[in-house]
Amino acid sequence: MHSDAYTFRFAAIVTIVCSVLLAGAATILKPRQVENEELDMKKNILVSAGISSGQGSFTRSEINQLYEKNIKGLVVNKDGKLAEGKTPDQIDPEKDTDLLPLYEYVKDGKVSAYIAPISGKGLWSTIYGYIALSPDCGTVEGITFYKHGETPGLGGEISKTWFSDNFKGKRIYDDSGKLVSIAVAKGKYTGNEPQHNVDGISGATLTGRGVSKFLKTELEKYSPFFAGVRSQEGGKE
Amino acid sequence: MSEKLFSKKNMAVLKSPLIDNNPITFQVLGICSALAVTVQMRTALVMALAVTFVVSLSNVSISLLRKMIPSKIRIIVELTVIATLVILVDQVLKAFLFDISKQLSVFVGLIITNCIIMGRAEAFALQNKPWPSFLDGLGNGLGYGWILLTIAFFRELLGSGTFFGLQIIPDSFYAMGYENMGLMVLAPGAFILLGLLVWVQRTITKTVSE
Repeated sequence: MHSDAYTFRFAAIVTIVCSVLLAGAATILKPRQVENEELDMKKNILVSAGISSGQGSFTRSEINQLYEKNIKGLVVNKDGKLAEGKTPDQIDPEKDTDLLPLYEYVKDGKVSAYIAPISGKGLWSTIYGYIALSPDCGTVEGITFYKHGETPGLGGEISKTWFSDNFKGKRIYDDSGKLVSIAVAKGKYTGNEPQHNVDGISGATLTGRGVSKFLKTELEKYSPFFAGVRSQEGGKE
Repeated sequence: MSEKLFSKKNMAVLKSPLIDNNPITFQVLGICSALAVTVQMRTALVMALAVTFVVSLSNVSISLLRKMIPSKIRIIVELTVIATLVILVDQVLKAFLFDISKQLSVFVGLIITNCIIMGRAEAFALQNKPWPSFLDGLGNGLGYGWILLTIAFFRELLGSGTFFGLQIIPDSFYAMGYENMGLMVLAPGAFILLGLLVWVQRTITKTVSE
């Protein structure tokens, strides 16, 4: 039988050894983990804009290269004005609640798509993704959902290309210029507004409902900015 | 240390959990993760390796400490050792296999609560020398792993028509009206397969538990 003092000493030593081990591993691996998360983000921005298909694997440098070449990070405030000189990495989500990150896909010197991060509740989890809009901010160029905890095979299908491809070419504004967003139907969409609706996933109605809901809220946050772009675009035509 | 490293007794320690005393099909432990990560071969393989690594090393560490661990706090000490190893695995996966770690999500962390690991530490490592404990851990990890991979093989093949992400069922089958079995990607599919596996195994080994 060990004495109480021994028990305490033993527990203390075990705790210290384990914490040192973990702290060491965390410190050594941290840079690589952060890099992975950044790469994942960049990859998804590229996929949403249709620059990379998301199929096949890209090496780290390829992703970084494509990103550097094509994507420009911007910050807009809730009045739709650009916050000059700021980049999305500088936004502190805690403090800068009225600043929104936005990415531009610049091709041949012209904006070819605006990409906004989207997130919100699905059925079980918070879903994260990116939506890419055409230069007039009216048409969806692409969408990705890259992080979620929905049921694999049901709600989890949102991250598959067959689902995200449904969004391509859909309109987020109606004819009168009102932001209507895009709704995910229950099962196959049979109504008469196919430009604002996409087919849902059978067996995942609630995930679809969540997506419809947060997509609208997220797009509304950016709507002052979109409105600005749209009035400019309208003036040119 | 007069005993040889690969003596008959040690080999029995390694082999018994593979079939006769399999942690999943015989002892019915670790079911939760066996259902959760077996939708695809890739995740099942990584999970199997992670569990094998953790159970082997936790057995060795506990066995090395077995004479020093005060019995009053032995469960806590075992858990601390296991948790440390699991967090290490999780960190390494996040750094080097980011995509897979995203898919495994919480299940890597939940290896800590996998009864197999705790069970082997309690039932074997506390009473045995490091080398047999290592073999016992390895055997149990592999016993767990091959069941996982078997279930994952059928679930991925029937549920998604793929093997390690490569399409196996030709497009012409789908054109003829073949459809993936949605049930297989859900937990009930894993339950049914697991039940069948247990049936097959007990028919072969003729073991019946009351």
